[in-house]
Amino acid sequence: MVTSDQQKRILLQGNEAVVAGALAAGCRFFAGYPITPASEISELLSVKLPELGGTFIQMEDEIASMGAVIGASLAGTKSMTATSGPGFSLIQENLGYACVTEVPCVIVNVMRGGPSTGLPTSPSQGDVQMARWGTHGDHPIIVLAVSSVSDCFSVTVKAFNLSEKYRVPVIVLSDEVVAHTREAVALPDADQIRVIDRIAPDVPPEWYKPYADNNRGVPDMAAFGDGYRHHVTGLIHDDHGYPTQDGKEVEKFIQRIHRKVSKGFQEIQVIKTHDMEDAEICVIAYGSVARSALRAVRDARNQGVKAGLIQLVTLFPFPRKSVDSYLRQCRVAIVPEMNMGQMSREISRVNQGGCRIVKHNKIDGHLISPEEILKHLITV
Amino acid sequence: MLERAEIIRQEYLRHDKKFPHVWCPGCGNGIVMGALLRAVHSLEIDKDEVVLASGVGCSGRMPTYVDFNTLHTTHGRALTFATGVKLAKPELTVITVMGDGDATAIGGNHFIHAARRNLDLTAIIINNSTYGMTGGQYSPTTPFGSISTTSVYGHVEHAFSIAELAVTAGGSFVARGTVYHASHLEQMIKKAIQKRGFSVVEVISNCHVQHGRRNKLGGAVEMINSYKENAVTVGKAEKMSPEELEGKFTIGVLADVEKPISTQEYQRVIVEARRNAEKIAKEKEKNRVKRYE
Amino acid sequence: MSDERYEIRFSGSGGQGIITAAVVIADAVGSFDNKYVCQTQSYGPEARGGKSKAEVVISSSPIDYPKALSVDLLLAMTQTACDAYFFDIKPEGLLVVDSGLVQQLPTSRAVSIPFTQIAREAIGKEIVANMVALGAVGYLCGQVSLSSLEQALLSRVPRGTEQMNSEALHAGIEEAKKIDLDSLPRSVLSDWDDEL
Repeated sequence: MVTSDQQKRILLQGNEAVVAGALAAGCRFFAGYPITPASEISELLSVKLPELGGTFIQMEDEIASMGAVIGASLAGTKSMTATSGPGFSLIQENLGYACVTEVPCVIVNVMRGGPSTGLPTSPSQGDVQMARWGTHGDHPIIVLAVSSVSDCFSVTVKAFNLSEKYRVPVIVLSDEVVAHTREAVALPDADQIRVIDRIAPDVPPEWYKPYADNNRGVPDMAAFGDGYRHHVTGLIHDDHGYPTQDGKEVEKFIQRIHRKVSKGFQEIQVIKTHDMEDAEICVIAYGSVARSALRAVRDARNQGVKAGLIQLVTLFPFPRKSVDSYLRQCRVAIVPEMNMGQMSREISRVNQGGCRIVKHNKIDGHLISPEEILKHLITV
Repeated sequence: MLERAEIIRQEYLRHDKKFPHVWCPGCGNGIVMGALLRAVHSLEIDKDEVVLASGVGCSGRMPTYVDFNTLHTTHGRALTFATGVKLAKPELTVITVMGDGDATAIGGNHFIHAARRNLDLTAIIINNSTYGMTGGQYSPTTPFGSISTTSVYGHVEHAFSIAELAVTAGGSFVARGTVYHASHLEQMIKKAIQKRGFSVVEVISNCHVQHGRRNKLGGAVEMINSYKENAVTVGKAEKMSPEELEGKFTIGVLADVEKPISTQEYQRVIVEARRNAEKIAKEKEKNRVKRYE
Repeated sequence: MSDERYEIRFSGSGGQGIITAAVVIADAVGSFDNKYVCQTQSYGPEARGGKSKAEVVISSSPIDYPKALSVDLLLAMTQTACDAYFFDIKPEGLLVVDSGLVQQLPTSRAVSIPFTQIAREAIGKEIVANMVALGAVGYLCGQVSLSSLEQALLSRVPRGTEQMNSEALHAGIEEAKKIDLDSLPRSVLSDWDDEL
């Protein structure tokens, strides 16, 4: 983020920056249910959305919240919800519906300690694989992670843009540390933010096929009430949106919703690197842990260790290509996570070369410290 | 009458697309669908302005067949999706159709909260006392003692009375009809759509295939005929003794009250929020100027 | 490496306004003084009582690790907090305590000021003890312009309480001015430098 002196910096909490990002991206509908540590997002949007003519609603649970988010998006309004572990479990049912009906929406999960009610006020990264595979059936999904307050803004904007462009739900994984950290950030002016909207059909309504393939693999999307009366169903459907059990049509559909995302890997898969040019050892981290890792890498460099950091912004689809090339370069990759090793599985999976993967897992409800990572960097 | 039927077929059914339908011969769902379409037609609502949302089950298939903006959602969640659609585009007429298990078991919480919230939505609940599509398991409205595929020795629980539940939860308009009283049902649905606020129409319907057969209630004709015998209008019921009402149920309007509609109330929130934001912005500007003076 | 960072930890019990004090100084440093700042906190489920901790990391360059690594200044508003959060203070760090609430100090390199008593007696509201403490911390840390601190404070307190809060802040600053830091031992570890 630009922090030139001309731009006014403001002190924002991670959760507040998520709100700023969502509004900047054009979000005008939010449905949610109170849950620590995500509630600030609801509270702030309940004030900000009506100021912009948008709508906030607190539903009876997270299942309902996700349903309302999809309903609003089908009516043409960019929509989101925000929750944490237990609520994230509840949204999975309708999240799957959004995947199969290709309804753009953004879900923010401020991760707290789990499983179950777990550690409501402590950070964790325990929902990473759930974000990818939490809802049943084969489905495409995009999962992004934030590690700073400025990320909370820019990644949320990106989440909406990808969601609109690819007609796929996008999950933003935050964690308790990022959500509640305050930093002074200069938010870009509205005219400097690239906002992408879903493409509406331009054919006459009688020609409209709401789920037909095209060059992009992403069908044009009509809003309810715009004259393109069509059918939306969670059943596997044909080009018209009607249920089908025809093997060929089913296969074609499932393939297309996966292909539309894989076509965009180049722009979807984002990583950031620090000191990787000549790195022999790398740390692969995401979320708040990436900040501890950066500190550890700097400290290691000061001690003469050729260390570098790969920060994953996109967790899924896993940025295999770019990570793999660094794995070929390094002899060791350290993967610190506030879980039992959920992303290190992915990294081991794509590791084709002789790089040794060293896990560092912490599940005590506290952020991994730079010192813990540094210990690995200077001993491996 | 025939003319109107032809209009309905031509104008409102996706007759060239997704027929034949999945419903069994004699099913009450078609009667409910007909009553709904006639109600919409007589109210002269533009089809582009109507959203019909359903949950899962036999009733869930209804939106597939009708030419509105249609939404076949997840089991029990139709009202949550409808809530989002309505809030995003309040000008749309949003109707949900659900089954008894759909609306009052898996979707029970959404149902009572939708009634409490009082958005301008219409909920049609087709109550056939069973989970038909999945094979006739007991539902929240299966009568005590009834046989179902999950209560083969007789049901040990008690049934919900859906319309009364809706009244208690705060529905603005609550009515009950049956698939025997088709034109009465049309009137009830029409009133429900016209009502500003959350409106509910419970429709007593037959699942002779799953519920009727196992409980020796006869086929479609016998079951539908029994509604003629057992339905008592609300007005008439008031004059009857509890003994006379034994085995009967009421039809007609059970509640029709006026109260603020949250969809409209939210417009007031928008106005106030905007005014407040402007005030704060002005004050900030004033303070900024002061600081540099 | 950590010398470019300056780290302040505010601690006390829930309801004492610990986090508010940290947010105000973070705002002053970040939004008004244009330095890099990270403010974090840890908290339990209770809104009142329990331990409360908030940290502010200040730097002239972007901040990687957002929490404190080794603390330059620890404010303790209760004995429990003082005992719990003193452990990672730098040798040359400084302990600041509410003298009415923290009586057994782990070091002589400490500043004791009766924040709560000042708030009660001079300002008339015990609730602004946090702002008295903020004034003292702001002055003693030397990391924030005091006018920025006041501006940040005024932009964040409820309307109608500006004067009271501002008076509290100034009372804290004035008390801190009376402290001669040079008279304190140079390390929190020992009172005599040659015994380090």
